Amino acid sequence: MNIMTEAGVEQKLSSATNAPLIKMKGEKVSVHYGEKRALFDVDLDVREHQVTALIGPSGCGKSTFLRCLNRMNDTIDIARVSGKITLDGEDVYDPKIDVVELRARVGMVFQKPNPFPKSIYENVAYGPRIHGLARSKAELDGIVESSLKKAGLFNEVKDRLLESGTGLSGGQQQRLCIARAIAVSPEVILMDEPCSALDPIATARVEELIDELRQNYTIVIVTHSMQQAARVSQRTAMFHLGYLVEEGATDKMFTNPDDKRTQDYITGRFG
Amino acid sequence: MTDAISSLGAVGRPVSIHTDDAAKARLKGRYRTETWFKWLGAAAVALAGLFLVLLLSTIVTQAIPALRQNYVTLPIDLSAAKVDPAKLDEVNYDAIAQEALTAKFPDVTSRQDKRLLRGLISTGTGVFLRKDIAADPGMLGGTVDYAVPLDDFADLYLKGLLADVGSDEAISTSVTPSQTSGDIDLTFGDDAMQALARGHGATEGENGMLTLTSGASSLLVAFNGGTVKLTALSPAANGTVIAKGTVIEALDSTAPAASGQAFLRVIETPEASRKISDKMIVWLDTLNSAGLIESRFNSIFFFTGASREPELAGVWGAVVGSFLTMIVTLAIAFPIGVSAAIYLEEFAPRNRLTTMIEVNINNLAAVPSIVFGLLGLAVFLNFFGMPRSAPVVGGMVLALMTLPIIIIASRASLRAVPPSIREAALGIGASKVQTVFHHVLPLAMPGIMTGTILGMAHALGETAPLLMIGMVAFIVDIPGGFTDPATILPVQIFMWADFPEAGFQQKTSAAILILLVFLVIMNAIAVILRRRFERRW
Repeated sequence: MNIMTEAGVEQKLSSATNAPLIKMKGEKVSVHYGEKRALFDVDLDVREHQVTALIGPSGCGKSTFLRCLNRMNDTIDIARVSGKITLDGEDVYDPKIDVVELRARVGMVFQKPNPFPKSIYENVAYGPRIHGLARSKAELDGIVESSLKKAGLFNEVKDRLLESGTGLSGGQQQRLCIARAIAVSPEVILMDEPCSALDPIATARVEELIDELRQNYTIVIVTHSMQQAARVSQRTAMFHLGYLVEEGATDKMFTNPDDKRTQDYITGRFG
Repeated sequence: MTDAISSLGAVGRPVSIHTDDAAKARLKGRYRTETWFKWLGAAAVALAGLFLVLLLSTIVTQAIPALRQNYVTLPIDLSAAKVDPAKLDEVNYDAIAQEALTAKFPDVTSRQDKRLLRGLISTGTGVFLRKDIAADPGMLGGTVDYAVPLDDFADLYLKGLLADVGSDEAISTSVTPSQTSGDIDLTFGDDAMQALARGHGATEGENGMLTLTSGASSLLVAFNGGTVKLTALSPAANGTVIAKGTVIEALDSTAPAASGQAFLRVIETPEASRKISDKMIVWLDTLNSAGLIESRFNSIFFFTGASREPELAGVWGAVVGSFLTMIVTLAIAFPIGVSAAIYLEEFAPRNRLTTMIEVNINNLAAVPSIVFGLLGLAVFLNFFGMPRSAPVVGGMVLALMTLPIIIIASRASLRAVPPSIREAALGIGASKVQTVFHHVLPLAMPGIMTGTILGMAHALGETAPLLMIGMVAFIVDIPGGFTDPATILPVQIFMWADFPEAGFQQKTSAAILILLVFLVIMNAIAVILRRRFERRW
């Protein structure tokens, strides 16, 4: 397994040892799209200040699970979620939970960069503005600047904050979307294949960024790239045909998986 | 192909399957189909273009005469004897103008002829004169040269639309009149005139007598400062021809006109089949050759309301009526239509009820417009007792008609906003309403506006539903508000097309042209909006 020889992974192992708190917890999560069942009784924990990678072949339910965590599945009419998902012990599907508040706490970055067709500034400022996080223009400016800095984009765009966000390159757009997500100070950031539309250089930058963001946020990332999962995550969950096959520390998953399917998948024998 | 294995493809076909003759024939057939289709398409477009050009050129050529109106300048006596400055409203201005005209033709004495002569100027003359005097009292106290609009027949004649008139030709023989006025005999030096009369539909009688009835072309002979209309010709001694004629304009003397001194004018259209008599033609030609007639931009047509007199009829009333109606339509249909579209597209659950509503909205767009008119008549007028012929009711009826169009267009453009934008907004915790109003709606707006403008253009050209609610009434006053009786452009066109007077033909075309101009402007705005605000993501 040549993946394990990479220095980055070794380094991360140490930080994963002192068992962190569980930030989000999924218990017997099942999802139906109409008649079709997409997810079967998934139990999965997301630990605080760690990157949890969800891997598995296409159509295995990893994105579906991710979208349950901030209730983005609510936007699909035919989707039905059962089981229990908690954020800091609170059931996110509890009718008392405000979905708007939940999504402010659990932000999301999508597969395809989707900046608003507005200025770079407006893209980042929109979230804080609707949530009333800034009391003055100066404060808002500060949030925008720090978010862009955290996303590693500020130096590239500081002179053209009022230009359209859609005019940036793909990698910059994705980092803008990350900046937009962190501008509302979420606790958890969900990333649905954030690098699949990016070239290797842009991917490397986003991966670096994810590693930095881990200090302040809890991250769940869906990825198709084994290497990416190995590089950025501390824990990995393997999905197959709607079932959670196996979940554990990334180093163990990639060196000594319990399940043969995991072994086959990460070595490229199916998927 | 010596090696059997290498010349066979994977499933046992020869590898030349894409290069042999059969393949070439197939390829050729494919290209042939493509060429055919291309030519058919081009032909269809060319045909459509041809019809468009034909339609436009017909309307434009018909409409152009209506853009100008002929005026005759008359010295009008506005001295205190005629017009009492203290009683301006009691003066018969028409009579004053008519006097000025008859003074130009002292020979016209019979009552019948005088009436004909007075008919040359518009019956609206007095109104214009009164208005101009009110605006400029300085005109009073003396004789002023004032341009009076001509009556529609006179105007049409001068535009060459009523009669086919040949040019003046010198008569190459002598002409001798027996008297200077009344019914007279004319002696022509040779018989060339007889051949000419035959050529213009004269009736043969006994002894070579030729009669020019009202069913034949009119032959007018102008000489000695007057004009004689020939009624009959008979051969006389020495190859001369004696013609009977009626003097339309008195001659100066009975002196014979030498060869080349008399002129023949042929009005090809027989008097019986035109709306203007020979006398009027001669008077108009006299006024024209005196330089008193002037063709001006037809401000009456553009800036006045309707009238039964073609030369006084204008489109302004209908334009204002259309404008008021469109405001009501827009004010009702746009907010309701867009709100309905947003609700159905973004908020409504997908169930049987909303599906049914959807289907019905789509069906409503295909309902004949007159049905909406009936609905307006039954509900707005009869049930709610709203005013008849009013733009407010017309606007409401058209709004009902435009609603489905706006809803369908708005839904389509809302659906065209990529879902990634909605996800992005929802993903950072925007509520549904915030997502729609901050992100989706602004992106959909150009499409919504385009749909709305096209819907409005559709409504602007609508006639049938407004007939039902009484907007077909003949309304002279320009509407001043939403509840004033009014008519609209297409209905005005419909009414004018129905009027028998020849002058309305050109007005109809000109009004169609104005309507088309409005429609083109609206469509151009739609195109510009689409271009200007089109976004790529």
